[in-house]
Amino acid sequence: MATVCAVIASTHHPFYYRASTATGADRPPFADEWVSKILAFRETLTRANPDVLVMVGSDHFHQLWLDNMPQFLIGKAPFYDANWYNEEREFGLPRMTLAGQEDLSAHLLRNGLDSGFDLAFSNELRVDHSITCPIITLRPEADLPIVPIYTNIFAPPLPQPKRFIQLGQAVRAMIESWPENLRVAVIGTGHLSLELGGPRQFGEHGPDPEFDRRAVDWIANGDFDGCLSQVTLDSLHLPGNATHGFMDFMLMMGVAGENSKADYVDTLDLFHTMEAYFTWYPEGSLA
Amino acid sequence: MSKYLLNKFLFTVDRDPGLVERYRNEPQATVEWWEAEEANRILNCISDERSTWLKFDDVERDALASHDYVKLFELGAHPFLALTLFIAMFERDHEPLGFQKEYALRLAHFEMPYPDIAT
Repeated sequence: MATVCAVIASTHHPFYYRASTATGADRPPFADEWVSKILAFRETLTRANPDVLVMVGSDHFHQLWLDNMPQFLIGKAPFYDANWYNEEREFGLPRMTLAGQEDLSAHLLRNGLDSGFDLAFSNELRVDHSITCPIITLRPEADLPIVPIYTNIFAPPLPQPKRFIQLGQAVRAMIESWPENLRVAVIGTGHLSLELGGPRQFGEHGPDPEFDRRAVDWIANGDFDGCLSQVTLDSLHLPGNATHGFMDFMLMMGVAGENSKADYVDTLDLFHTMEAYFTWYPEGSLA
Repeated sequence: MSKYLLNKFLFTVDRDPGLVERYRNEPQATVEWWEAEEANRILNCISDERSTWLKFDDVERDALASHDYVKLFELGAHPFLALTLFIAMFERDHEPLGFQKEYALRLAHFEMPYPDIAT
């Protein structure tokens, strides 16, 4: 059976690639500290020695559109081209092609459908920066096959927060029932408090540092009850109008398990938003 | 009122480099052309199989034709789509992050809860 060798939750900051590769006067003052934190975070994945990456993210109106919007979707394809013109334009992200792990995609789709998650699927999916940012930060060689899982945190009506945790729990169980002797890392990205296209955007720090502090505590401690008692679809508007992306962190907390303390936690306060990085080792601490 | 159609305009223009420039330079003509030719195109269907019912109301059409992103926010257009497209068109005219900060300032009179973006 497959082993979940690491569970990783991260923010996906599209400016990292440009900041980390900039030189001279173009290099922002926070770039060195950011790179140093990313290199330490990357080591937490490398140490787990994965064979396959299950990547949880959310399409930002690139391929998925309001005329046909899935809530939860799994890619099942031999390859995934990646990044889009408007991400190249705004963030300088490179085009990429990632290999797919179709057997695991099929296993997750079949078993998800059989266990209460009516998952959509795609046989031709171009993934966006919610998937490629963690490739860039955690596995820049881009040499491992992936299974992309997309969630709708973007186009209301959205699934309830508890469904994200439940899907995470289901993904963990389904990977562990995959009859292949392979090591699978599950990597998911979202946001802490975030405002995009609203009056609180691009401030000196994230729009709600107090929410961020509580959010990091919930995730780091696997505190399902604490999180679900304070997070609703309505309440997530308050810390910032794009904060529903936090539900992808909740999904990853579900993968890690209730009351499961993260083996590695780090944060970085940037302008506009706070970065947060978590790694769990289900086999026991490798930290 | 059609938040969906506002979003469809922002979405289809933002993903097309030629249309981004056209909308920047000739907003009114671009909106008129788009409403006549593109508004009823179903994005994954052939052109013969179009919708028949999608159109802007006057307020929506004017907001798009005047690049009025404050009005688009008030109307419930998706803020991510609007921000991304307006950055593409106007960031170049400002110092780094200058446009994004001005955008926030011009929306500063909105209080929670913000206009509903559900479609």
